Amino acid sequence: MTRVDEIGIGGLGASRRRVEDARFIRGCGNYTDDIKLPGMLHMEVLRSPVAHARIKSIDTSAAWAIPGVRLVLTGEMAAQRNLAWMPTLSYDTQAVLATDKVRFQGQEVACVVADDPYTAKDGCEAIVVEYEQLPAIVNPTQALAPDAPLIRDDKEGQTDNVCYRWEVGDKAGTDRAFARADKVTRLKLHYPRSHPSPIECCGSIANYDPATGKLTVYMTSQAPHIIRAAVALVAELPEHLIRIVSPDIGGGFGNKVPVYPGYVCSILCSILLGKPVKWTEDKSGNLISTGFARDMYFDGELALREDGRILALRFHADTDQGAFFSDAQPSKFKIGLVHSAFACYDIPVGHITARGAYTNKAPGGVAYRCSFRVTEAMFFQERIIAAAAADLGMDPAEFRRVNLVRDDQFPYRTPFGFLTDSGQYRRCLDLGLDAIGYEDFLKDKEEARLRGRRLGIGISTMTEPLGAGNSREYDILGIKMFDSAELRVHPTGKAILRTGAKSQGQGHETTWAQIVSHELGIPAADVVVEEGDTDTAPFGMGTYASRSTPVAGAAVSMVSRKIRAKARKLAAHLLEVSEEDVEWELGRFFVRSAPNRGVTIQECAMAAYGNMPDGLEPGLENNAYYDPPNLTWPFACYLVIVEVDPETGVWDVLRVVAVDDCGVRINPMIVEGQITGGLTEAYAMSNMQFMTFDAEGNCVGSNYLDYLLPTAWETPGFELHEVVTPCPHHPIGAKGVGECAAVGGPAAFVNAVLDALSDTGVRNIDMPLLPDRVWEAITTGRDVSGAPPVKT
Amino acid sequence: MFKRQVTITVNGEARAVELEPRVLLAHLLREGLGLTGTHIGCDTTSCGACTVLVDGSAVKSCTMLAVQADGHEVRTVEGLTRASELHPVQEGFQEEHGLQCGFCTPGMMMSALALLERNPEPTEEEVRWALSGNLCRCTGYQNIVKAVLWAAAKLRPAGTGGVR
Ligand code: FES
Ligand code: FES
Repeated sequence: MTRVDEIGIGGLGASRRRVEDARFIRGCGNYTDDIKLPGMLHMEVLRSPVAHARIKSIDTSAAWAIPGVRLVLTGEMAAQRNLAWMPTLSYDTQAVLATDKVRFQGQEVACVVADDPYTAKDGCEAIVVEYEQLPAIVNPTQALAPDAPLIRDDKEGQTDNVCYRWEVGDKAGTDRAFARADKVTRLKLHYPRSHPSPIECCGSIANYDPATGKLTVYMTSQAPHIIRAAVALVAELPEHLIRIVSPDIGGGFGNKVPVYPGYVCSILCSILLGKPVKWTEDKSGNLISTGFARDMYFDGELALREDGRILALRFHADTDQGAFFSDAQPSKFKIGLVHSAFACYDIPVGHITARGAYTNKAPGGVAYRCSFRVTEAMFFQERIIAAAAADLGMDPAEFRRVNLVRDDQFPYRTPFGFLTDSGQYRRCLDLGLDAIGYEDFLKDKEEARLRGRRLGIGISTMTEPLGAGNSREYDILGIKMFDSAELRVHPTGKAILRTGAKSQGQGHETTWAQIVSHELGIPAADVVVEEGDTDTAPFGMGTYASRSTPVAGAAVSMVSRKIRAKARKLAAHLLEVSEEDVEWELGRFFVRSAPNRGVTIQECAMAAYGNMPDGLEPGLENNAYYDPPNLTWPFACYLVIVEVDPETGVWDVLRVVAVDDCGVRINPMIVEGQITGGLTEAYAMSNMQFMTFDAEGNCVGSNYLDYLLPTAWETPGFELHEVVTPCPHHPIGAKGVGECAAVGGPAAFVNAVLDALSDTGVRNIDMPLLPDRVWEAITTGRDVSGAPPVKT
Repeated sequence: MFKRQVTITVNGEARAVELEPRVLLAHLLREGLGLTGTHIGCDTTSCGACTVLVDGSAVKSCTMLAVQADGHEVRTVEGLTRASELHPVQEGFQEEHGLQCGFCTPGMMMSALALLERNPEPTEEEVRWALSGNLCRCTGYQNIVKAVLWAAAKLRPAGTGGVR
């Protein structure tokens, strides 16, 4: 009997071609907007053109008069159903349709349902709203000024624009360490507001069936089970009569986690009309009203010893939260996992304070390709690390080498309580330096400088916490952040697997089957994977924060092992030996003393339905709920070489080298795809992608002409390398990876440009490093800070 | 509202429809003809998710009125597969992992097809330029470029198929 070849059956480590591609390349995907139900009506949302105003009146009569218009819904009507406001995933409230005031440009004011989308748009245009404009608050400084107008006057007891305050660490110990420091490096910076902007916008089709009382909603949600729970609570519908289906999703990146008013309105309209109601958001609606990301102001310091050791860190972060605190953050961590900053460095003590401010901007602060605000944290970390090395006159690679946690220090407890459990940080750094030819480059750079060319190299190293999370610490709205899998093996040994996660391009249909294959020896092609339908999938917290492989993926392993345990009993029965005498190798049980006597997993499956021993219940299916003991801690080292044109401030990327250690890779092809995708977003953030506002609160970036995403033309090529340090607590040793490059990447690009400017005295240019900002820095020798001003 | 009769050849088949003159070609394809492979990702002619071929040229169907296509020939992603055989461009995207969420993919493939029909041996740079009207948020483009070059290699008459 030859052993089953794991790669041959598409198991762990196989770069198996993706199963989901078969429908996507044929144009047969099933995205929300592709779904058409009989009798379906179309809804369009009317949005506020101003950022802050009292609503004086809304006249809908002309809209009602348009033939084909079925319903015009206002906040007042929603209020009659107790639905003008809804709770958010962060214990705040958010207006579904504005009744008193509008608090950001693009806020939902009314919606129109009609026979077709064009007529629904006509209806919105016919609505007349009278606004009394109020001063707009467009940044935390304005918001936190003592005389600032109150944005959230709807909230009882709210007397200022503070959304939250948060603090962690040892202040006294940190102050003592700073007092002993040989040198203190300080850096202030702004991580600009951005938008995850998947190409597919949000949308939903709500179908309330008055005959059965059942509500089915097809929608663009990364977390359908959370939505079901939220709908049950908000709309006061019984949870067993709610079915949420997330069909194919055209990218999420965190944008499709929150509950948006559009979804709620489509549900309410369907209930009122007793018909299916479809809402398809347009791009400007998506960009101006749905979960933005970042917009965080840092001011921090590192205490340094002459020999390069970091003695302590401290920083404060002010966050522009927009008008409602509506992103999903674990309830204990108001500002996400920002305290994971500096986790890869051996720093004994630190102190962090943070404050969120309400402003007249769209609500958000979503985890855009990021595990709850770690992107901002890691960016600040790697920028101030570069600044500290410069202050000490030390090579930035050497400075990192001195301070990175050593391999023999694991498990390592960070000053903020995280436990990093594994990694080979120096090895990753050295591999990256080697790959890019660091020493040679430093010489080339000097020579080029003599000829008037400005080359620069940027490094970024980081570990980040992925896979929230263990249930002691992580919950959203009180629901713990576990995940789940259910596996049914059919009589012929084929299987169906369902999980509580929801792929938006990560390829779960392909990789989950590979995990089953690895655990059971069933060929991956024999396992079909389904997700996203709350009527059939086990309860799970969905896909974001790079948590699917660490949590749902682990559940897939664990349920497979339960199946294997039962199959062992069946094997013993078939082989007529006791269970203790049965050995397992991939895909087959055999008798220990007679290895040639064996049965395949497929034979066991058949026996589960046709030849089970007395006392063993029939069938071969099970489920597993997985509560991870810890987060997973991948490590990454990114290196970027740029050339800056001093005449124009334009910079070109010459090389990008990425070393990722995300533990065991299930499907290397898919992992690499995640990394190149993330690096592109990192490049975008550093180079062009940002959203800003004018003084009136008008969003500049409401479309793809103002909100720039890189195309194939600008995007550089990427050179990828790997190191594998298995995760010690994950069943197959995997760690999260989807976000690493987007999290750690931006600092490498920015550090590279600043390195090219190292002789100018410029310490910081805030992102994006637009040519005019770089040029200004070169010509003035001064830092360029803050959100880019609006050009008029 | 006033309606007009148009006849458009879609994927080789003449389709006669009656529609409002304001209806966009993208909406006609998706809603009127049920060809939902053509996607809509923006409202400023920026993303290219809606790209189709009109008389062989790549066109953003969100920015063309359906009545303008009257009497013309339109090809969509649904027309790529012949007798259940994948087109090399489709194969290339799967082989080289040129897609993740798949939303940009139909438009990308149609732009790639337009390129390969006029330039069967493009360089990497030419591929990148030809696709610069199509946005992808997931892949970082590297594998999309490889996918198109894979298809080009397979399509070459003397070709021995794609090379990795
Ligand atoms: S839908 Fe974006 S260009 Fe047509
Ligand atoms: S594959 Fe998702 S946008 Fe391109």
